[in-house]
Amino acid sequence: MRRWRGIIVPLAILVVAEIGFRVSIGASDSLAPPSRAMVALMSALGDGTLLANTARTLAGMLGGLAIGGAAGLAAGIAIGFSETLRRASFLTIELLRPIPSVALLPLSLLIFGFGYGMEIAVVAFATFWPALILTQNAVAQIEPRLIEVARLMGLSRLETAWKIVLPAAAPRLMTALRLSAGLALVVAVTAEIVSNPQGLGHDLMIAQETLRPERMFGVLFWVGLIGWGKNAALLRLERWLFSHRGEVDTSVAA
Amino acid sequence: MSTINRIPGPVMGVAGLALVILVWHLVTAGGFVSKAFLSSPAATWDALQRGLVSGELTGQLRATMLRMINGWLLASVVAIALGSVIGISQTARDFLRPTLAFLRSLPASAIIPIAISLVGLGPSMVLGVVVFGSVWPTLLATVQGFATIEPRLRDVAQVVHLSRAAFIWKIGLPNAVPDIIAGMRLSLTVALILSVIGEMLSGQEGLGTAILLAARAFRAPELYAGIAMLGLIGLVSSYGLLIAERRIVRWR
Repeated sequence: MRRWRGIIVPLAILVVAEIGFRVSIGASDSLAPPSRAMVALMSALGDGTLLANTARTLAGMLGGLAIGGAAGLAAGIAIGFSETLRRASFLTIELLRPIPSVALLPLSLLIFGFGYGMEIAVVAFATFWPALILTQNAVAQIEPRLIEVARLMGLSRLETAWKIVLPAAAPRLMTALRLSAGLALVVAVTAEIVSNPQGLGHDLMIAQETLRPERMFGVLFWVGLIGWGKNAALLRLERWLFSHRGEVDTSVAA
Repeated sequence: MSTINRIPGPVMGVAGLALVILVWHLVTAGGFVSKAFLSSPAATWDALQRGLVSGELTGQLRATMLRMINGWLLASVVAIALGSVIGISQTARDFLRPTLAFLRSLPASAIIPIAISLVGLGPSMVLGVVVFGSVWPTLLATVQGFATIEPRLRDVAQVVHLSRAAFIWKIGLPNAVPDIIAGMRLSLTVALILSVIGEMLSGQEGLGTAILLAARAFRAPELYAGIAMLGLIGLVSSYGLLIAERRIVRWR
């Protein structure tokens, strides 16, 4: 009973938009009815242009996420291990972290020019901070006796990080990855809308500038679909990987 | 190890920051990075001072902050009102949750092309985008806050015949306050980001336009000064609300 309730509102919105457009507007340079947006989306998918743009956006997103996530993970483990490092770095981190990633778009464009480089750099900056903070927290919440055991066994720091810390913190790190991936997609699309002429964000801007609202709405729907699908897939992966441990806090949704 | 840990935290923090600035200075002084990409700490400090004294930077700071705060306040009012109405009823939540989940997964900046084609490149487009984008975190947090109302409180409200509006006002909202404040903190971050993007795309006065022009003219010190000011806005706004959050939670 409850499942179909969620479908009614979007359906109603689509029907009202369709009828409203056909009755009162007819033709427009800025709006399109859902039916025409769907046709435009299908043809954009069919001729390969949208898939190519999707691949570029995903490449920018994944490249930035890999760099920012790995750097944040490494720094988070280092800071989580060393009290001295934590105390020495907290002020610098607290001052740098609030810089909005979009503030770095002009700088990144200046350094890298148009292309993947500038997008990846900004995505990496944006995802570095949540990766750092969440890893640090995950390390801090590891059972101290596990670390003691590692020390007694004579494991080096690197071995301890690899064999004890990473597996113990894995469920929390997976949540961190899901949150960072969401951020990475948003920042990648934003970079493309504001300055980088490639990918889905640029596709949207071009559709607007060339007065093709049906493509604009079609692509917008596609972007939402990708974001929603990516989140659902990572959530499922997270549950599948760690459900037997029962440690994943599924209430943290984003 | 133990002696170093006896140094007070703030001193360690400042020492760490000083070390970072020293490395920054050495990198620029040694000429390892082109001056067009990375201005020295001294040149950045100079640009900050000049901008603040001449009032140019202060004006841009004011414009961006006003945009951000206006949009955020408008969005908060809309979000709390709408969130209360949705959150109060299980039926409304069932109907709207998937739609909200889908809308939330859209990057807020993706509606900018639509806003431009509907409203044009004016200040109202930027404000509209800021409001639209920063509604979601607070809206979802408000719905969440209402969903966690103790069921017994609902029963009590029914027994004493509390009207729906009175229930929202007397039980629902106070219960949701911690969630709402947390959502508003997230919304403020989004509002800042969208204000900056809106300025960059529309050329309205503000820090976003300022850093874009500085980068185009290869004036790295002004660029870094602008980035620092944006970081300052982010820092002050997120700490301000964090303090408000702690106060309210303690008061409760």
